[in-house]
Amino acid sequence: MIASPAEGQDASGMRAAEAELRACFAAGLAGDAAGYRQFLDGMSGHLRAYLRRRLPRARADVEDILQETLLAVHNARHTYRTEQPLTAWVHAIARYKLMDFFRAHSRREALHEPFDDDGGLFIASDVEPADARRDVGVLLEALPDRHRLPIVLVKLQGLSVSEAAQRCGMSESAVKVGVHRGLKALAARIRSRS
Amino acid sequence: MKTDDLVTLLASRAPAVDRRGPARRFALAWVTGLGGALLLMILLLGVRPDIGEAVRVPTFWFRLVYASAIATAALWVTSRLARPGVRVGGAWAVLATPVALGWGAMAWVLAHAAPGTHLPLILGHTWRVCPVLIAVLAMPAFVAMLWAVRGMAPVRPRLAGAAVGLLAGATGTVAYCLHCPEMAPPFWSTWYLLGMLIPAALGILAGPRALRW
Repeated sequence: MIASPAEGQDASGMRAAEAELRACFAAGLAGDAAGYRQFLDGMSGHLRAYLRRRLPRARADVEDILQETLLAVHNARHTYRTEQPLTAWVHAIARYKLMDFFRAHSRREALHEPFDDDGGLFIASDVEPADARRDVGVLLEALPDRHRLPIVLVKLQGLSVSEAAQRCGMSESAVKVGVHRGLKALAARIRSRS
Repeated sequence: MKTDDLVTLLASRAPAVDRRGPARRFALAWVTGLGGALLLMILLLGVRPDIGEAVRVPTFWFRLVYASAIATAALWVTSRLARPGVRVGGAWAVLATPVALGWGAMAWVLAHAAPGTHLPLILGHTWRVCPVLIAVLAMPAFVAMLWAVRGMAPVRPRLAGAAVGLLAGATGTVAYCLHCPEMAPPFWSTWYLLGMLIPAALGILAGPRALRW
């Protein structure tokens, strides 16, 4: 794991977060529902921030993966060892669920950077469950019409290829090619902006 | 569903966790696997007829300790791989030790063997069937341990599958030791190991599917 600058600065804060959440989690394992709820709430914030750092352009997916991860944490409670750092344990689960998501959505492979560690889980906490969509609109504007129109009509408005061809006065094969090349160009733009 | 609602739901379904559950699960699976291997060995192969004399030969026990040591170390590695965020670390070295000692014994025996006897020492009489029979005897433990690890949360399913396979192979070998007539270290440190590696390879293939969670 490569230590990021933020990790050094916030080391004491992370230790405090670890200690606090660990105490809540330990209470939860012993059957204390209030302590467990406090742990889940605190952990949601950290996980949300962690996932948003990993998926800066897939905000809508973050809540889904967050819930998957919370469920996994819950179902794997018995695999935690008391002497183990809580961070390492939750981090491994979050990572696993994130990889799972990437595998399941491998068609989106072009949209994310290679997944490696950016530091710890407790660097930041994000408690706002906003669900902003990726700013696809802005990126689309930058595409030439012959790519943009087919994508908007076929992929966003859900028209068939022949309908889209009629609407924008292109041949059907030109629409197909436009969608294909346009998506590629879009992916390349998104990559270069990261 | 909103994340807040999910948290409320989870918090309302959180009875105290039995901390010894995983250990019990592993113990149950392993004992079942060993029992299955012994049963298969008795039914398919039979205990060697001269077992009464064999137990008085030290090599018989070396062989048994070799297989048991690998099984113990593989169980340790498996239990670590079954938990998220736990490093295997030193357990790898512990697992490598009996394998290395077996090769050391092979080297020592071969170095002191008369010329021309090296190949017979390595091949014995049963090298063709030995690894396959071990892999067959490993199957009960393979299935049982996959079940045990499935109940945990392995984040490296391929590696966890390999560890399960190796553990099952070593468990099968423990049972096979009671049947196998071969006593020479060059034989068992080669073919027993190969026999254990078959289920390990199977585990690498089965892990990602069987150990998903």
